[in-house]
Amino acid sequence: MKKLISIRYVVVSILLLVGLWQLAFIISDYSEALFPSPLMALQALIEMILDGTLLLSISASMYRFVIGYGLSVIIAVFLGLILGSLPKVFNYVNPSLQLLRPISPTAWMPFVVLLFGIGDLPAIVIIFIAAFFPVLLSTVSAVLKIDDIYFRVADNFGIRQPALMWEVILPAAFPQIANAIHLALGSAWIFLVAGEMVGAQSGLGYQIIDARNNIRADILLATIFVIGVIGLLLDFLIGLAEKKILKAWGGEQ
Amino acid sequence: MSYIHIENAGKTFTENGQEFTALSNVNLDIEKGEFICLLGPSGCGKSTLLNAIAGFDLANKGIVQIDGKDVVSPSTKNVTIFQNYGLLPWRTVIKNIELGLESKGVEKSERREIANKYLKLVKLENFADSFPRQLSGGMKQRVAIARALAVEPDIIFMDEPFGALDAITRMKLQDDILDICKNEKKTIIFVTHDIEEAVFLADRIVVMTPNPGKVKGVLKVPLHHFRDRTSGDFLLVRDKIFDLLNMKTEENIEYNI
Repeated sequence: MKKLISIRYVVVSILLLVGLWQLAFIISDYSEALFPSPLMALQALIEMILDGTLLLSISASMYRFVIGYGLSVIIAVFLGLILGSLPKVFNYVNPSLQLLRPISPTAWMPFVVLLFGIGDLPAIVIIFIAAFFPVLLSTVSAVLKIDDIYFRVADNFGIRQPALMWEVILPAAFPQIANAIHLALGSAWIFLVAGEMVGAQSGLGYQIIDARNNIRADILLATIFVIGVIGLLLDFLIGLAEKKILKAWGGEQ
Repeated sequence: MSYIHIENAGKTFTENGQEFTALSNVNLDIEKGEFICLLGPSGCGKSTLLNAIAGFDLANKGIVQIDGKDVVSPSTKNVTIFQNYGLLPWRTVIKNIELGLESKGVEKSERREIANKYLKLVKLENFADSFPRQLSGGMKQRVAIARALAVEPDIIFMDEPFGALDAITRMKLQDDILDICKNEKKTIIFVTHDIEEAVFLADRIVVMTPNPGKVKGVLKVPLHHFRDRTSGDFLLVRDKIFDLLNMKTEENIEYNI
Protein backbone atom coordinates (compact mmCIF):
# COMPACT_ATOMS: atom_id res chain seq x y z
CA MET A 1 0.00 0.00 0.00
CA LYS A 2 2.74 2.39 1.01
CA LYS A 3 4.59 1.53 -2.19
CA LEU A 4 1.50 2.25 -4.29
CA ILE A 5 1.10 5.68 -2.76
CA SER A 6 4.74 6.57 -3.39
CA ILE A 7 4.43 5.41 -7.01
CA ARG A 8 1.39 7.67 -7.36
CA TYR A 9 3.41 10.63 -6.08
CA VAL A 10 6.22 9.91 -8.56
CA VAL A 11 3.87 9.60 -11.55
CA VAL A 12 1.89 12.73 -10.73
CA SER A 13 5.04 14.73 -10.03
CA ILE A 14 6.71 13.74 -13.34
CA LEU A 15 3.48 14.34 -15.28
CA LEU A 16 3.27 17.83 -13.79
CA LEU A 17 6.85 18.55 -14.83
CA VAL A 18 6.25 17.35 -18.39
CA GLY A 19 2.98 19.32 -18.47
CA LEU A 20 4.79 22.52 -17.49
CA TRP A 21 7.33 21.86 -20.25
CA GLN A 22 4.56 21.32 -22.79
CA LEU A 23 2.85 24.53 -21.63
CA ALA A 24 6.09 26.49 -21.99
CA PHE A 25 6.48 25.00 -25.48
CA ILE A 26 2.97 26.11 -26.47
CA ILE A 27 3.19 29.69 -25.23
CA SER A 28 6.82 30.42 -26.16
CA ASP A 29 7.86 32.09 -29.44
CA TYR A 30 11.06 30.08 -29.92
CA SER A 31 11.44 27.95 -33.00
CA GLU A 32 10.88 24.22 -32.57
CA ALA A 33 14.55 23.56 -33.32
CA LEU A 34 15.67 25.66 -30.33
CA PHE A 35 12.96 24.73 -27.84
CA PRO A 36 11.46 21.32 -28.62
CA SER A 37 8.37 19.79 -27.03
CA PRO A 38 8.49 16.78 -24.66
CA LEU A 39 7.32 14.56 -27.51
CA MET A 40 10.18 15.70 -29.77
CA ALA A 41 12.67 15.04 -26.97
CA LEU A 42 11.13 11.59 -26.53
CA GLN A 43 11.58 10.90 -30.23
CA ALA A 44 15.22 12.00 -29.99
CA LEU A 45 15.63 9.71 -26.98
CA ILE A 46 14.23 6.74 -28.91
CA GLU A 47 16.47 7.60 -31.85
CA MET A 48 19.53 7.63 -29.56
CA ILE A 49 18.57 4.35 -27.97
CA LEU A 50 18.03 2.70 -31.35
CA ASP A 51 21.26 3.86 -33.00
CA GLY A 52 23.24 2.96 -29.87
CA THR A 53 24.76 6.40 -29.19
CA LEU A 54 23.03 6.67 -25.85
CA LEU A 55 24.40 3.37 -24.60
CA LEU A 56 27.87 4.39 -25.75
CA SER A 57 27.65 7.72 -23.90
CA ILE A 58 26.26 6.13 -20.76
CA SER A 59 28.95 3.46 -20.64
CA ALA A 60 31.70 6.06 -21.17
CA SER A 61 30.26 8.20 -18.36
CA MET A 62 29.67 5.29 -16.00
CA TYR A 63 33.20 4.03 -16.52
CA ARG A 64 34.63 7.40 -15.45
CA PHE A 65 32.12 7.74 -12.65
CA VAL A 66 32.77 4.33 -11.12
CA ILE A 67 36.55 4.79 -11.22
CA GLY A 68 36.57 8.42 -10.04
CA TYR A 69 33.95 8.07 -7.34
CA GLY A 70 35.03 4.59 -6.23
CA LEU A 71 38.70 5.52 -5.85
CA SER A 72 37.78 8.77 -4.16
CA VAL A 73 35.57 7.11 -1.55
CA ILE A 74 38.01 4.29 -0.83
CA ILE A 75 41.00 6.62 -0.44
CA ALA A 76 39.05 9.27 1.49
CA VAL A 77 37.61 6.76 3.99
CA PHE A 78 40.97 5.05 4.43
CA LEU A 79 42.81 8.35 4.98
CA GLY A 80 39.98 9.62 7.17
CA LEU A 81 40.17 6.58 9.46
CA ILE A 82 43.93 7.06 9.84
CA LEU A 83 43.78 10.84 10.34
CA GLY A 84 40.87 10.48 12.77
CA SER A 85 42.93 8.05 14.83
CA LEU A 86 45.88 10.46 14.84
CA PRO A 87 44.33 13.79 15.89
CA LYS A 88 47.75 15.40 16.37
CA VAL A 89 48.69 14.70 12.75
CA PHE A 90 45.24 15.82 11.61
CA ASN A 91 45.82 19.23 13.27
CA TYR A 92 48.66 19.80 10.78
CA VAL A 93 46.72 18.51 7.76
CA ASN A 94 43.40 20.18 8.52
CA PRO A 95 44.27 23.81 7.57
CA SER A 96 45.34 22.72 4.08
CA LEU A 97 42.18 20.63 3.69
CA GLN A 98 40.06 23.58 4.73
CA LEU A 99 41.86 25.71 2.11
CA LEU A 100 41.30 23.19 -0.69
CA ARG A 101 37.76 22.20 0.23
CA PRO A 102 35.84 25.32 -0.86
CA ILE A 103 37.47 25.33 -4.32
CA SER A 104 34.94 24.17 -6.90
CA PRO A 105 36.15 21.03 -8.70
CA THR A 106 35.51 22.77 -12.03
CA ALA A 107 38.10 25.41 -11.11
CA TRP A 108 40.72 22.66 -11.43
CA MET A 109 39.43 21.73 -14.87
CA PRO A 110 41.70 23.83 -17.13
CA PHE A 111 44.71 22.84 -15.07
CA VAL A 112 43.77 19.16 -15.21
CA VAL A 113 43.26 19.33 -18.98
CA LEU A 114 46.67 21.02 -19.35
CA LEU A 115 48.27 18.20 -17.39
CA PHE A 116 46.41 15.18 -18.71
CA GLY A 117 44.95 16.33 -22.02
CA ILE A 118 41.46 15.51 -23.28
CA GLY A 119 40.07 12.06 -22.46
CA ASP A 120 38.94 9.97 -19.53
CA LEU A 121 41.33 11.37 -16.95
CA PRO A 122 40.04 14.95 -16.56
CA ALA A 123 36.50 13.79 -15.82
CA ILE A 124 37.79 11.13 -13.42
CA VAL A 125 39.93 13.69 -11.59
CA ILE A 126 37.03 16.13 -11.25
CA ILE A 127 34.75 13.43 -9.84
CA PHE A 128 37.53 12.35 -7.52
CA ILE A 129 37.93 15.90 -6.17
CA ALA A 130 34.17 16.40 -5.86
CA ALA A 131 33.72 13.36 -3.61
CA PHE A 132 37.07 13.41 -1.82
CA PHE A 133 36.90 16.32 0.63
CA PRO A 134 33.40 15.81 2.04
CA VAL A 135 34.00 12.09 2.57
CA LEU A 136 37.45 12.61 4.09
CA LEU A 137 36.35 15.33 6.52
CA SER A 138 33.18 13.46 7.55
CA THR A 139 35.18 10.31 8.18
CA VAL A 140 37.68 12.17 10.37
CA SER A 141 34.92 13.86 12.36
CA ALA A 142 33.05 10.55 12.71
CA VAL A 143 36.16 8.87 14.13
CA LEU A 144 36.84 11.75 16.50
CA LYS A 145 33.26 11.52 17.80
CA ILE A 146 33.38 7.80 18.66
CA ASP A 147 32.27 7.21 22.25
CA ASP A 148 35.28 6.63 24.50
CA ILE A 149 33.61 3.58 26.04
CA TYR A 150 34.23 1.51 22.87
CA PHE A 151 37.94 2.23 23.15
CA ARG A 152 37.90 1.29 26.83
CA VAL A 153 36.16 -1.98 26.05
CA ALA A 154 38.59 -2.69 23.20
CA ASP A 155 41.52 -1.86 25.46
CA ASN A 156 40.15 -4.07 28.21
CA PHE A 157 39.73 -7.05 25.89
CA GLY A 158 43.15 -6.57 24.33
CA ILE A 159 41.99 -5.51 20.87
CA ARG A 160 44.84 -3.62 19.21
CA GLN A 161 45.58 -2.31 15.74
CA PRO A 162 44.87 -3.39 13.06
CA ALA A 163 41.88 -5.28 14.52
CA LEU A 164 40.86 -2.12 16.39
CA MET A 165 40.40 -0.32 13.05
CA TRP A 166 38.15 -2.95 11.45
CA GLU A 167 36.37 -4.27 14.51
CA VAL A 168 35.72 -1.02 16.38
CA ILE A 169 36.61 2.26 14.66
CA LEU A 170 35.10 1.59 11.22
CA PRO A 171 31.75 0.16 12.40
CA ALA A 172 31.40 2.80 15.13
CA ALA A 173 31.98 5.62 12.64
CA PHE A 174 30.16 3.96 9.75
CA PRO A 175 26.70 5.57 10.00
CA GLN A 176 28.16 9.05 9.58
CA ILE A 177 30.63 7.90 6.90
CA ALA A 178 27.82 6.22 4.94
CA ASN A 179 25.84 9.43 5.05
CA ALA A 180 28.79 11.37 3.61
CA ILE A 181 29.39 8.74 0.90
CA HIS A 182 25.73 9.00 -0.05
CA LEU A 183 25.75 12.81 -0.25
CA ALA A 184 29.05 12.81 -2.17
CA LEU A 185 27.53 10.55 -4.82
CA GLY A 186 25.14 13.32 -5.80
CA SER A 187 27.80 15.99 -6.15
CA ALA A 188 30.15 13.58 -7.95
CA TRP A 189 27.45 12.88 -10.53
CA ILE A 190 26.87 16.62 -10.98
CA PHE A 191 30.56 17.26 -11.60
CA LEU A 192 30.93 14.32 -13.96
CA VAL A 193 28.79 16.20 -16.49
CA ALA A 194 30.79 19.40 -15.95
CA GLY A 195 34.01 17.44 -16.40
CA GLU A 196 32.86 15.81 -19.63
CA MET A 197 31.65 19.09 -21.08
CA VAL A 198 35.18 20.48 -20.95
CA GLY A 199 37.59 17.60 -20.86
CA ALA A 200 36.17 14.72 -22.88
CA GLN A 201 34.98 13.73 -26.35
CA SER A 202 32.53 11.11 -25.23
CA GLY A 203 30.01 10.58 -22.46
CA LEU A 204 26.78 12.28 -21.49
CA GLY A 205 28.39 15.66 -20.77
CA TYR A 206 30.09 15.69 -24.14
CA GLN A 207 26.86 14.64 -25.82
CA ILE A 208 25.20 17.83 -24.52
CA ILE A 209 27.96 19.99 -26.02
CA ASP A 210 27.82 17.97 -29.24
CA ALA A 211 24.03 18.43 -29.47
CA ARG A 212 24.44 22.16 -28.98
CA ASN A 213 27.05 22.34 -31.74
CA ASN A 214 24.68 20.53 -34.09
CA ILE A 215 21.73 22.62 -32.91
CA ARG A 216 19.86 19.48 -31.84
CA ALA A 217 18.03 20.84 -28.80
CA ASP A 218 15.82 17.71 -28.76
CA ILE A 219 18.88 15.49 -28.22
CA LEU A 220 20.23 17.98 -25.68
CA LEU A 221 17.08 17.91 -23.56
CA ALA A 222 16.74 14.14 -23.88
CA THR A 223 20.31 13.76 -22.61
CA ILE A 224 19.59 16.06 -19.68
CA PHE A 225 16.61 13.88 -18.84
CA VAL A 226 18.77 10.74 -18.98
CA ILE A 227 21.35 12.35 -16.67
CA GLY A 228 18.60 13.06 -14.17
CA VAL A 229 17.23 9.52 -14.31
CA ILE A 230 20.65 7.93 -13.86
CA GLY A 231 21.41 10.28 -10.96
CA LEU A 232 18.16 9.23 -9.32
CA LEU A 233 18.92 5.53 -9.90
CA LEU A 234 22.43 5.82 -8.47
CA ASP A 235 21.07 7.58 -5.41
CA PHE A 236 18.48 4.84 -4.95
CA LEU A 237 21.08 2.08 -5.31
CA ILE A 238 23.54 3.57 -2.83
CA GLY A 239 20.68 4.18 -0.41
CA LEU A 240 19.84 0.49 -0.67
CA ALA A 241 23.45 -0.56 -0.06
CA GLU A 242 23.71 1.85 2.86
CA LYS A 243 20.60 0.40 4.49
CA LYS A 244 21.82 -3.13 3.99
CA ILE A 245 25.17 -2.51 5.68
CA LEU A 246 23.61 -0.50 8.50
CA LYS A 247 21.17 -3.33 9.11
CA ALA A 248 23.94 -5.92 9.14
CA TRP A 249 25.68 -3.78 11.73
CA GLY A 250 22.68 -3.54 14.00
CA GLY A 251 21.43 -0.07 13.06
CA GLU A 252 17.78 0.93 12.82
CA GLN A 253 16.27 -0.09 9.51
CA MET B 1 50.81 -9.76 50.89
CA SER B 2 47.21 -9.49 49.88
CA TYR B 3 45.96 -9.99 46.32
CA ILE B 4 45.13 -6.34 45.66
CA HIS B 5 47.29 -3.96 47.63
CA ILE B 6 46.61 -0.23 47.76
CA GLU B 7 48.84 1.98 49.83
CA ASN B 8 48.55 5.76 50.23
CA ALA B 9 47.04 5.93 46.77
CA GLY B 10 45.82 9.32 45.53
CA LYS B 11 44.75 11.06 42.37
CA THR B 12 44.94 14.75 41.61
CA PHE B 13 43.81 16.59 38.50
CA THR B 14 44.92 20.00 37.36
CA GLU B 15 42.14 21.97 35.79
CA ASN B 16 42.60 25.60 34.66
CA GLY B 17 45.80 25.76 36.70
CA GLN B 18 44.02 24.64 39.88
CA GLU B 19 44.83 21.39 41.56
CA PHE B 20 41.89 19.23 42.49
CA THR B 21 42.14 16.15 44.68
CA ALA B 22 39.80 13.40 43.51
CA LEU B 23 41.20 10.75 45.76
CA SER B 24 43.38 11.06 48.80
CA ASN B 25 45.40 8.62 50.83
CA VAL B 26 43.60 5.33 50.24
CA ASN B 27 44.82 2.23 52.03
CA LEU B 28 43.05 -0.99 51.20
CA ASP B 29 43.86 -4.68 50.92
CA ILE B 30 41.61 -7.09 49.08
CA GLU B 31 41.84 -10.86 49.12
CA LYS B 32 41.18 -13.21 46.24
CA GLY B 33 37.49 -14.10 45.87
CA GLU B 34 36.21 -11.17 47.91
CA PHE B 35 33.18 -9.15 46.86
CA ILE B 36 34.03 -5.53 47.65
CA CYS B 37 31.62 -2.63 47.30
CA LEU B 38 32.93 0.90 47.00
CA LEU B 39 30.07 2.95 48.40
CA GLY B 40 29.59 6.68 48.65
CA PRO B 41 27.87 9.76 47.23
CA SER B 42 28.94 11.28 43.92
CA GLY B 43 32.33 12.94 44.04
CA CYS B 44 33.68 10.61 46.70
CA GLY B 45 36.23 9.14 44.31
CA LYS B 46 34.77 5.62 44.15
CA SER B 47 34.91 5.46 40.36
CA THR B 48 38.33 7.11 40.40
CA LEU B 49 39.55 4.38 42.72
CA LEU B 50 38.01 1.68 40.52
CA ASN B 51 39.62 3.12 37.39
CA ALA B 52 42.96 3.29 39.19
CA ILE B 53 42.79 -0.42 40.06
CA ALA B 54 41.42 -1.38 36.63
CA GLY B 55 44.19 0.61 34.95
CA PHE B 56 42.11 3.04 32.89
CA ASP B 57 43.15 6.18 34.79
CA LEU B 58 46.14 5.47 36.96
CA ALA B 59 46.64 6.90 40.44
CA ASN B 60 49.42 9.48 40.52
CA LYS B 61 50.31 8.98 44.16
CA GLY B 62 51.05 5.89 46.23
CA ILE B 63 50.98 2.23 45.28
CA VAL B 64 48.30 0.19 43.47
CA GLN B 65 49.28 -3.43 42.97
CA ILE B 66 47.53 -6.57 41.80
CA ASP B 67 49.20 -9.86 42.59
CA GLY B 68 52.39 -8.03 43.55
CA LYS B 69 52.65 -6.08 40.28
CA ASP B 70 52.06 -2.36 39.80
CA VAL B 71 48.95 -1.56 37.74
CA VAL B 72 50.06 0.29 34.59
CA SER B 73 47.29 -0.42 32.06
CA PRO B 74 44.02 -2.34 31.71
CA SER B 75 44.66 -6.06 31.63
CA THR B 76 42.74 -8.70 29.74
CA LYS B 77 42.83 -10.72 32.96
CA ASN B 78 40.52 -8.19 34.62
CA VAL B 79 37.33 -7.04 32.98
CA THR B 80 35.32 -3.89 33.65
CA ILE B 81 31.54 -3.70 33.32
CA PHE B 82 30.22 -0.20 32.75
CA GLN B 83 26.96 1.47 33.71
CA ASN B 84 26.07 2.06 30.05
CA TYR B 85 26.94 -1.57 29.20
CA GLY B 86 29.71 -0.91 26.65
CA LEU B 87 28.23 -3.39 24.18
CA LEU B 88 29.24 -2.92 20.55
CA PRO B 89 25.93 -2.06 18.83
CA TRP B 90 27.10 -3.40 15.44
CA ARG B 91 27.62 -6.89 16.83
CA THR B 92 24.97 -9.41 17.73
CA VAL B 93 24.67 -10.60 21.31
CA ILE B 94 26.69 -13.76 20.67
CA LYS B 95 29.39 -11.83 18.76
CA ASN B 96 29.60 -9.36 21.63
CA ILE B 97 30.24 -12.19 24.05
CA GLU B 98 32.92 -13.59 21.73
CA LEU B 99 34.72 -10.24 21.58
CA GLY B 100 37.29 -10.94 24.29
CA LEU B 101 37.95 -14.44 23.00
CA GLU B 102 38.91 -13.18 19.53
CA SER B 103 41.99 -11.30 20.63
CA LYS B 104 42.96 -14.26 22.81
CA GLY B 105 43.20 -16.31 19.63
CA VAL B 106 40.54 -18.85 20.60
CA GLU B 107 39.37 -20.84 17.59
CA LYS B 108 36.04 -20.00 16.00
CA SER B 109 34.09 -23.12 16.95
CA GLU B 110 35.44 -23.04 20.48
CA ARG B 111 34.57 -19.35 20.74
CA ARG B 112 30.98 -20.06 19.85
CA GLU B 113 30.84 -22.91 22.35
CA ILE B 114 32.15 -20.77 25.22
CA ALA B 115 29.89 -17.84 24.28
CA ASN B 116 26.84 -20.11 24.23
CA LYS B 117 27.71 -21.46 27.64
CA TYR B 118 27.78 -18.01 29.21
CA LEU B 119 24.76 -16.87 27.24
CA LYS B 120 22.90 -19.72 28.89
CA LEU B 121 24.29 -18.75 32.28
CA VAL B 122 22.70 -15.29 32.00
CA LYS B 123 19.51 -16.88 30.59
CA LEU B 124 19.57 -15.15 27.21
CA GLU B 125 19.99 -18.18 24.94
CA ASN B 126 17.02 -17.08 22.85
CA PHE B 127 18.66 -13.75 22.02
CA ALA B 128 21.96 -14.92 20.52
CA ASP B 129 21.35 -13.25 17.16
CA SER B 130 19.63 -10.11 18.46
CA PHE B 131 21.38 -6.77 18.35
CA PRO B 132 21.90 -4.84 21.61
CA ARG B 133 19.35 -2.17 20.64
CA GLN B 134 16.65 -4.84 20.63
CA LEU B 135 17.27 -5.68 24.30
CA SER B 136 16.12 -4.03 27.51
CA GLY B 137 18.64 -2.40 29.84
CA GLY B 138 18.70 -5.37 32.19
CA MET B 139 19.28 -7.81 29.33
CA LYS B 140 22.07 -5.64 27.93
CA GLN B 141 23.83 -5.69 31.27
CA ARG B 142 23.45 -9.47 31.41
CA VAL B 143 25.16 -9.68 28.02
CA ALA B 144 27.97 -7.50 29.37
CA ILE B 145 28.29 -9.85 32.34
CA ALA B 146 28.40 -12.90 30.06
CA ARG B 147 31.02 -11.19 27.90
CA ALA B 148 33.13 -10.48 30.97
CA LEU B 149 32.85 -14.03 32.31
CA ALA B 150 33.66 -15.57 28.91
CA VAL B 151 37.32 -14.54 29.13
CA GLU B 152 37.53 -16.09 32.61
CA PRO B 153 38.92 -13.01 34.31
CA ASP B 154 40.53 -12.97 37.75
CA ILE B 155 38.83 -9.74 38.76
CA ILE B 156 35.60 -8.17 37.57
CA PHE B 157 35.24 -4.43 38.05
CA MET B 158 31.72 -3.07 38.02
CA ASP B 159 31.13 0.67 37.78
CA GLU B 160 27.56 1.28 38.95
CA PRO B 161 26.43 -1.49 36.62
CA PHE B 162 22.79 -1.39 37.65
CA GLY B 163 22.55 2.39 38.01
CA ALA B 164 20.49 2.85 34.84
CA LEU B 165 17.98 0.09 35.63
CA ASP B 166 14.62 0.25 37.37
CA ALA B 167 14.42 -0.93 40.99
CA ILE B 168 12.83 -4.32 40.29
CA THR B 169 15.19 -5.25 37.46
CA ARG B 170 18.07 -4.09 39.62
CA MET B 171 17.15 -6.44 42.48
CA LYS B 172 16.75 -9.31 40.04
CA LEU B 173 20.22 -8.67 38.64
CA GLN B 174 21.65 -8.35 42.15
CA ASP B 175 20.36 -11.86 42.88
CA ASP B 176 21.83 -13.11 39.60
CA ILE B 177 25.23 -11.54 40.05
CA LEU B 178 25.51 -12.90 43.58
CA ASP B 179 24.67 -16.41 42.32
CA ILE B 180 27.04 -16.21 39.40
CA CYS B 181 29.88 -14.82 41.44
CA LYS B 182 29.67 -17.40 44.18
CA ASN B 183 29.70 -20.17 41.56
CA GLU B 184 32.49 -18.69 39.44
CA LYS B 185 34.56 -17.58 42.44
CA LYS B 186 35.69 -14.23 41.08
CA THR B 187 37.09 -11.26 42.89
CA ILE B 188 34.60 -8.43 42.41
CA ILE B 189 35.02 -4.73 42.96
CA PHE B 190 31.66 -3.06 42.66
CA VAL B 191 31.00 0.67 42.70
CA THR B 192 27.61 1.86 43.88
CA HIS B 193 25.86 4.74 45.62
CA ASP B 194 23.01 2.48 46.70
CA ILE B 195 23.41 1.48 50.36
CA GLU B 196 21.03 -1.49 50.18
CA GLU B 197 22.74 -2.79 47.08
CA ALA B 198 26.09 -2.69 48.88
CA VAL B 199 24.74 -4.47 51.96
CA PHE B 200 23.03 -7.07 49.81
CA LEU B 201 26.10 -7.90 47.71
CA ALA B 202 29.32 -7.22 49.55
CA ASP B 203 31.60 -9.21 51.79
CA ARG B 204 33.12 -5.89 52.77
CA ILE B 205 31.90 -2.37 52.11
CA VAL B 206 34.38 0.46 51.62
CA VAL B 207 32.50 3.59 52.65
CA MET B 208 33.84 6.73 50.98
CA THR B 209 33.18 10.45 51.46
CA PRO B 210 33.88 13.43 49.16
CA ASN B 211 35.94 16.66 49.38
CA PRO B 212 38.45 15.21 48.99
CA GLY B 213 37.50 11.65 48.06
CA LYS B 214 38.70 9.32 50.77
CA VAL B 215 37.87 6.09 52.59
CA LYS B 216 35.80 6.79 55.68
CA GLY B 217 35.72 3.24 56.88
CA VAL B 218 35.62 -0.40 55.83
CA LEU B 219 32.71 -2.47 57.03
CA LYS B 220 32.61 -6.25 57.12
CA VAL B 221 29.16 -7.57 56.34
CA PRO B 222 28.52 -10.47 58.72
CA LEU B 223 25.58 -11.83 56.75
CA HIS B 224 25.41 -15.18 55.04
CA HIS B 225 24.95 -15.74 51.39
CA PHE B 226 21.31 -15.42 50.23
CA ARG B 227 20.47 -12.36 52.16
CA ASP B 228 17.07 -11.19 53.15
CA ARG B 229 16.62 -7.52 52.35
CA THR B 230 14.08 -7.13 55.17
CA SER B 231 15.82 -9.03 57.97
CA GLY B 232 16.94 -7.36 61.18
CA ASP B 233 20.63 -8.07 60.55
CA PHE B 234 20.35 -6.48 57.14
CA LEU B 235 18.94 -3.32 58.65
CA LEU B 236 21.63 -3.30 61.32
CA VAL B 237 24.40 -3.20 58.71
CA ARG B 238 22.53 -0.49 56.87
CA ASP B 239 22.32 1.47 60.06
CA LYS B 240 26.08 1.28 60.59
CA ILE B 241 26.62 2.75 57.12
CA PHE B 242 24.27 5.61 57.84
CA ASP B 243 26.42 6.21 60.87
CA LEU B 244 29.64 6.26 58.86
CA LEU B 245 28.15 8.65 56.32
CA ASN B 246 26.95 11.00 59.11
CA MET B 247 23.41 10.65 57.92
CA LYS B 248 21.85 10.15 61.36
CA THR B 249 21.16 13.74 62.20
CA GLU B 250 17.43 13.56 62.74
CA GLU B 251 17.79 14.34 66.44
CA ASN B 252 19.47 17.62 65.70
CA ILE B 253 16.95 19.06 63.27
CA GLU B 254 15.53 22.33 64.51
CA TYR B 255 12.06 23.30 63.51
CA ASN B 256 11.50 27.02 62.99
CA ILE B 257 7.89 27.73 62.46
